Amino acid sequence: MTMTAEAHAPSLKSQAEQIFRRKRLLAFALPALVLVYLAYAFFAFNVPALLGSASLENGQKLVRDTYSYKTHVTRDNRSGEVAFSIEGERKGRYPEGTHPDWVSVAGETTVITLPKGHEVRYFADHVEYDLPGYGLITAAPGSGGVNATFPAGEMPEWINASKNRVAITTEAGRLTITRNRTEVFRYSTGWELFFFTLDSPYHGLSLGQIVSRAAGGEAGAIWHDFWYNSMWRHVDVAWALFETVQMAFLGTFGAAILALPLAFLAARNFTPLLLVRQAFRRLFDLFRGVDALIWTIILARAFGPGPMTGALAILLTDTGSFGKLFSESLENVDEKQIEGIRSTGAKPVQRYRFGVIPQVTPVLLSQVLYFFESNTRSATVIGAITGGGIGLMLTQAMITQKDWEEVSYYIVLVILMVFAMDSFSGWLRRRLIKGDEGGH
Amino acid sequence: MSDSAKAQPSVNVRAEYFAQMKRKRLYSGILLAIFVALMASGFMLADSRNAGGFWEGLHRVFDFPKSVLSEAWEKRAELPGHIVEFFPALIETINIAAVSTLFGALGGTILSMLATRGLARWPRLIPVFRRIMDVMRAVPEIVIALVLIFVLGGGPVPAMIAIAFHTVGALGKLFSEVNENASLKPVEGLASVGANWTQRMVLGVMPQVAPNYLSYALIRFEINIRASAILGFVGAGGIGYELKNAISWGQGRYDSAAAIFILLFLTIVAVDQCSSYFRDLLTHGRKKGEMLA
Repeated sequence: MTMTAEAHAPSLKSQAEQIFRRKRLLAFALPALVLVYLAYAFFAFNVPALLGSASLENGQKLVRDTYSYKTHVTRDNRSGEVAFSIEGERKGRYPEGTHPDWVSVAGETTVITLPKGHEVRYFADHVEYDLPGYGLITAAPGSGGVNATFPAGEMPEWINASKNRVAITTEAGRLTITRNRTEVFRYSTGWELFFFTLDSPYHGLSLGQIVSRAAGGEAGAIWHDFWYNSMWRHVDVAWALFETVQMAFLGTFGAAILALPLAFLAARNFTPLLLVRQAFRRLFDLFRGVDALIWTIILARAFGPGPMTGALAILLTDTGSFGKLFSESLENVDEKQIEGIRSTGAKPVQRYRFGVIPQVTPVLLSQVLYFFESNTRSATVIGAITGGGIGLMLTQAMITQKDWEEVSYYIVLVILMVFAMDSFSGWLRRRLIKGDEGGH
Repeated sequence: MSDSAKAQPSVNVRAEYFAQMKRKRLYSGILLAIFVALMASGFMLADSRNAGGFWEGLHRVFDFPKSVLSEAWEKRAELPGHIVEFFPALIETINIAAVSTLFGALGGTILSMLATRGLARWPRLIPVFRRIMDVMRAVPEIVIALVLIFVLGGGPVPAMIAIAFHTVGALGKLFSEVNENASLKPVEGLASVGANWTQRMVLGVMPQVAPNYLSYALIRFEINIRASAILGFVGAGGIGYELKNAISWGQGRYDSAAAIFILLFLTIVAVDQCSSYFRDLLTHGRKKGEMLA
């Protein structure tokens, strides 16, 4: 006994050393390999060029736009008319004769008060910008160009002046002067006109006033003005969210209904015929392999853009995934229960109904609900491609590259929607499948 | 006397059982009816809000694939050339998926360990880290990708960051479920010899969970390839971008679209097969390891 142990000892030791050496090598080689790959990707993705082209200005604009909005005060230098509009949009225009309270109008003179003591004054023939700590800038836009005069000294970099255009960007706002137009941007915090647009009688009222008016029988009108707000389009947003969830719902459950009978045909214990089984398995692979992206493109050609196309794209992809998953669970069912049902003289359909379905239902249902969850996200993406739901609104708002407050609003809504669907499907899973995943 | 006393409860039980069954059947019947009604009305509503109707479009479903295929067949001599032409774009798509899976797995590992009871560095912050993972998981990739494309300009990096962000959340959740099953004994052992948290995690937990982590990461890689193809379609480079261009060229240039379809399909199937093979190997390898130990 001791002899053999001693004889084995050196070989065991060398074996252990060998294993250690291999492990040490692996522990070094694996991270090194990953690093080499990342270095390759760094250059393949052309990160240095990207860092050069990245627009910090765009980023700042995006961030600032998400929590603030700007009001344009525009003077037409030919006619002398002054217009006020939020974000420069027609929908956000102040009605004739009204103006924000930080502006005072007296005949031809318009005085715009900006934060930090800055003040811009429009006169009949010239413009003044009073900048505390810098001086007074005057300009008389006319036939000879802008004709701006600046305080003595070197021109600061936040002033961009040429013969026909002057742009002054400060922390307080922005003044642009051209021959035809003088325009001031004033930034304010918040999401503008989120509840009521300027043409609504309820704009500018406090919550208490709104409530008392609603109690006075105007609830319908108030709701109408809010719901059909032309700036934020709450009704369209609500429809889009609903459409997105609908796409996910129809796609996921339609796929489950379609895949269940097909899964029987692809399961070893229900379809002994190898040819049929293989045919269905390859069919599932095909449906899964032709990704949702390709399905979307193909279906959009036939059905046009919309929620139906998105739902069908999800349906087809998931039929493949469900077919594979379901047939795997069907292969794992307990034969004893089927035997028992068979012994009572049940026909095949009855055997499936009472012997198989009760066994697999919890597993299948939880898989379907997991897919439902993730398909809410996919439906957003597919909507962006095929034109339906919140995904489309999001891409549209992004393409304009100026309504970033709407973009952030949609992003918040999408995240809330996904959260809601996650917790709903989690709740349903716990209700329907008792005893499932009590832990975690 | 005694007879009726015996019979009474059994009749009751029987009646009760049948009543219960009836109620149960009624409930499932109602549930099923609601479900069917939801599905039917949902499809009808979706149909009415779609640009083209379902029944008018149904016979046209195969028109597009047919024209793509027939054109590809007509110009089959050019197909290998197209495949070579678009291969770099495919590589870019795969690279986006691979890099984002790597970063996502790294971030997911760290977050999952911070969010698992027994392993967490700061046990009080477990709910915070869980919420962070939930939020990261909830944000669809396209949202981040589009914002980053605006700031950084088009290209693979915005897509990579967007997918990695989502992957951190998705893998973090799966990893933390794996972590819950990890034995704490090695961790305690390492703690007793004075190892710090990082050492405990890397040396005590990682060897236990690595096979499962790897298997989840492989599935995620599969999903990420699809995601990166889709993001390419909205302007993030790679094969999706080429596909969008090829389709917008319209009839007469469908042969390049066909080539891209083929490449994308083959890649997805190949990665699918590879990952299921390796996942099989991982679980089997672990079994062998257990037998030796």
